[in-house]
Amino acid sequence: MTELASAPAPTASAPAGSRVVLDSLTRVYGRTRALDGFSLTIEPGELVALLGPSGCGKTTALRCLAGFEVPDAGRVLVDGVDVARVSAQKRDMGMVFQSYSLFPNMNVLNNVAFGLRMRGVHSAARKAKAVELLELVGLADQAVKYPHQMSGGQQQRVALARALAIEPRVLLLDEPLSALDAKVRLELREQIRALQQRLAITTVFVTHDQEEALSMADRVCVMSHGQAEQIAAPAVLYAQPSTAFVAEFVGVSSRVPVTRSGEGVVVFDGVVPVRGGISAVPSGDLDVLLRPEDLVVEADPAGLGVVTHVSFLGGTTRLHVGVAGATVKVDVRSSEAHTWPPGERVRLRVTSRDVLVSPRRAAAVVVEE
Amino acid sequence: MASLTVEALEDLAADPSPRRRRRPRVWRALILFAAAAYFILPIFAALRFAFQNDSNHFSLYAVRAIPSQVGFTAAFVLSLKLAFSTLVLTLLLMVPTTIYVHLRLPRMRRVLEFITILPIVIPPIVLILGVLRAAPLWLKSSPYLLSLVYVVLSMPFVYRSIDSGLSAIDLRTLVEASRSLGGNWVKTMWRVVMPNLRAGLLSASVLTLALVLGEFTMASLDLWTTLPVWIAQFQQVDAHIATAVAMLSLVGTWLLITVIVSLDRSESRRSRRRMGQ
Repeated sequence: MTELASAPAPTASAPAGSRVVLDSLTRVYGRTRALDGFSLTIEPGELVALLGPSGCGKTTALRCLAGFEVPDAGRVLVDGVDVARVSAQKRDMGMVFQSYSLFPNMNVLNNVAFGLRMRGVHSAARKAKAVELLELVGLADQAVKYPHQMSGGQQQRVALARALAIEPRVLLLDEPLSALDAKVRLELREQIRALQQRLAITTVFVTHDQEEALSMADRVCVMSHGQAEQIAAPAVLYAQPSTAFVAEFVGVSSRVPVTRSGEGVVVFDGVVPVRGGISAVPSGDLDVLLRPEDLVVEADPAGLGVVTHVSFLGGTTRLHVGVAGATVKVDVRSSEAHTWPPGERVRLRVTSRDVLVSPRRAAAVVVEE
Repeated sequence: MASLTVEALEDLAADPSPRRRRRPRVWRALILFAAAAYFILPIFAALRFAFQNDSNHFSLYAVRAIPSQVGFTAAFVLSLKLAFSTLVLTLLLMVPTTIYVHLRLPRMRRVLEFITILPIVIPPIVLILGVLRAAPLWLKSSPYLLSLVYVVLSMPFVYRSIDSGLSAIDLRTLVEASRSLGGNWVKTMWRVVMPNLRAGLLSASVLTLALVLGEFTMASLDLWTTLPVWIAQFQQVDAHIATAVAMLSLVGTWLLITVIVSLDRSESRRSRRRMGQ
């Protein structure tokens, strides 16, 4: 793939990242509230990923920022100026789309130079800039090709060069990798991140792929029903999800019914402290959300758990343990996986310092203790 | 069961039975021949008649006499004027409308499709009688009233050509990409949408020109002597010459279409070479 290290740095003044504030954005389509008071602040040069399931409002938020949607309420501040009603062509935001958006009638060079042409940049200058950007994404030798002569990954790299050519105040990426195969996706996401850091450009990246979001972003904003569930650095988001939705959407979690006991909850015969304190937990029945790596499994012929299924994941193997109707996922080293074949009786123990609890789901089955 | 199926398939593939293999070919050839005869025989008969004199011998007199016939030049020029004015009006009306519907009112596509099909459903005579009753006097006295009617007549073909052209591209994404790069609506249409819609526009243009150059009913009822009307009238004077004109108009329309298609192809090649430099 592209050798970024050997590519020249952009000659023009590197775009200073802008500060972006999405302030209480609301966008309603008929009865659907795509955005419901959504707020997010993005610091200059930061890459923030908007992560969430389909219909959570992440693309609508990006389109409000790009100028393709006008919010019904709220402000879109770029460097302190409200651009919510400014048309898209005047916002100076480069965008890479999910579907290949290169202009089929233009070759690669003219695609990259298009934004400069719209700005009235002289022919020689825009050509030089386009070549420079193509070198940056490692496609300078493809300048005379047409989009249909290129692979999906190459097209998205050209789209990235095109978006960067105008030295945008903010770079917007709308699921740019979702149409690519796994290998190209992995390479391109590393390339995008390297470029973003090198140019220090404020970037908003929309994705429904948590791995992409966690690996690329400085911070991740998990969205649900048009609102931000949690905005945090990837490690914090994973280790300390603030809501059950985040815990279940980001990474793998098992939901197990529990009972209260003093300052904690009883999980598999042991009392574990509740994250944030038991006083903050609403009254009523509770479930605990457990990460596979926060559990250990021990052989115990009298244990409550039974291994029901074993999934090989490479370095680790995931055990599915049935505990009184609930299924709990536990990761073990693959070299030790043979110890727990399906049907084996086991005991589970929580190793994390505290656990996240949430009101019990109606379908959950109570653990017999 | 599986082996039986595989065997059966293998048998089918390996079966050299000439009857099984030839039958579709024979039918195909017959249908092709019948269709070709249906189209070619009348043209051949007309062509033969156009190149005969009254003694049924080969002669070029009909072709040579065309330019000097009373009313021919005027009818020919009028047809050309109507064809090009109709084409301009149709494209000006239909292109922005169809693009707007695709971008902003996608749910209205079916409604627009229904509206544009009405000229096919409504008989031309009903259409022109209604227009003649409703049109103001100043417009009725102008041949360009026909252009307005032809715009309506060509809508089914033009809409479908442009609609399929737009459906073949990711219009919304292309427009948004252009706008995010600083293109206003006019530049976006001119530099991004139109070049990618060229095939659709070309097809719409060809169909419109062909329709207008061959239209008889409307022009006849509106009392304007266009080329088809002139041909019909001149049949009473000299059938050989009238038939020769009909043949030449057929060839002329075909040549016009060829020129437009060639222009488009050479423009494509030129722009690719230009952009490749």
